[in-house]
Amino acid sequence: MNRTLAIGRRRIGIELLQFFRDRESAIFNFMLPMILLIIFGSVFANQQIGFEDVTFSQYFLAGMIASGILYTSFQNLAIAIPMERDDSTLKRLAGLPMPKASYFIGKAGMVFVAYVAQVIILLIVGILFFGIDLPSGGFKWFTFAWVSILGLASCTLLGIAFSVVPKQGKGASAIVAPIVLVLQFTSGVFFVFTELPSWMQTFASFFPLRWLTQAMRFVFLPDGAQVIEAGGEWQLGLAALVLVTWTVIGFVLALTVFRWSPRGEK
Amino acid sequence: MEPIEVEHLRKAYADVVAVADVSFTVAAGECLALLGPNGAGKTTTTEILEGYRRADSGTARVLGVDPATGGMDWRARLGIVLQADRDLGDLTVREAVQHFAGYFPHPRDPDDVIAAVGLQAKAKSRNGKLSGGQRRRLDVALGIIGRPEVLFLDEPTTGFDPAARREFWDLIAGLKSEGTTILLTTHYLEEAEHLADRVAVIARGRVVAYDTPANLGNRSQARAVVMWEESGSDRSEATDEPTRLIAELATRFNGEVPGLQVHRPSLEETYLSLIASDGAAHQDVEGGAM
Repeated sequence: MNRTLAIGRRRIGIELLQFFRDRESAIFNFMLPMILLIIFGSVFANQQIGFEDVTFSQYFLAGMIASGILYTSFQNLAIAIPMERDDSTLKRLAGLPMPKASYFIGKAGMVFVAYVAQVIILLIVGILFFGIDLPSGGFKWFTFAWVSILGLASCTLLGIAFSVVPKQGKGASAIVAPIVLVLQFTSGVFFVFTELPSWMQTFASFFPLRWLTQAMRFVFLPDGAQVIEAGGEWQLGLAALVLVTWTVIGFVLALTVFRWSPRGEK
Repeated sequence: MEPIEVEHLRKAYADVVAVADVSFTVAAGECLALLGPNGAGKTTTTEILEGYRRADSGTARVLGVDPATGGMDWRARLGIVLQADRDLGDLTVREAVQHFAGYFPHPRDPDDVIAAVGLQAKAKSRNGKLSGGQRRRLDVALGIIGRPEVLFLDEPTTGFDPAARREFWDLIAGLKSEGTTILLTTHYLEEAEHLADRVAVIARGRVVAYDTPANLGNRSQARAVVMWEESGSDRSEATDEPTRLIAELATRFNGEVPGLQVHRPSLEETYLSLIASDGAAHQDVEGGAM
């Protein structure tokens, strides 16, 4: 167990080094929320969204922090792992005296550190340019913490499981990126959620991102802004239920479908 | 018990028998070269021994352990150099070697290993920018960093220039002299001749010859062919006693024999005749499930 953790820590370090050095992954998984926040936040800087003085850029920041969970975990892993399967990274690791769990500790640790760094930068940008306030009160910070952790856990496990879907590493981003984009459009990231067609809201409610965005809005918007949420409530309990369910599904899937070798090899 | 023992190994994929019947042993500190055409079953055999694949039948023992059940302690005693890899491109040579040293209980010094494979000048270069031969030397460095007792080398010198290959041979000779047991897969006959104590020629999933490089296919006992020029035409004669024949020729010509050559079958000729006598096997197996 100690050895698994010790090697897992080494894996976190090497994973982070590779994550930030790979230009595609650094831009696509790490920088993208900052870039989108600056563009959308500037274009719609003063647009009101139906409650007092909440601007679209504030609404959008909550959506970008929630999206960041999806980028750093699901999108990152569902693209990177198929590439590692193709370029023999996984085969090399399978031949080492490395506990298999250490590999997944490395992935989870990388995701966590990347997400924390991303949130810090997003908050700095939000505070400096878009009039965002830090969460007020212990309960909001507590919610921020558990939503982040459940979101990262479920989307990390789902990313590990989804890594068996792309046939080749090269084509992985073409499969994964549209899924993330569709979820963002339907989950209240680019548009106010309750203004979307109801079938779209229903569709999005099956997946984690819709609940992540809503919970992040609870954390970062004034309390009264719940009038523009579905049913006029923040629905934190339901968010927790959906995220826990996806974490369990992701865990079972990751355990059962993950492959160390490319298709056609046993 | 020898470090590597293989008996009647067999492995079939859906419609191709990759390994039909392979047996050999490698003694401690010995280097065995597996030679054979593409698709002959070399890589499948090696990957069964490395624990990547399971044999359908037969037995395999590496350091006394069935590779299909080998644990971490067993893996820590192996070094594996796979066929050409292109992973780790965003790390530098030193970062990669240092990182992989961390998996093993008694690793070699990373800088010593980098020097041993001749990559000191590239230690701070990104692996993705290395040439083919340099990249291969990195793979070898990662294979030996853990001070393995058994080292698997799958086509280790692909893309090496002749000087780099000579240096690599010296490196392997050094490992052997320290007692490392080596299973080498190669396409280069001169590499097998130089490094291997014994050679197993594999064709169509079977061992068709298994001997020292000098004796392979009985070539040490093969008749020599003596060739010379006489009366304006080329003459040749196969003989078991080339020295006696040349002495006769020298007497006949009263000194120098024009165009004199003595030829014994090279390892390459012996190898080609061995795999050809196996029913011209290699063409139809090539591209099989390797």
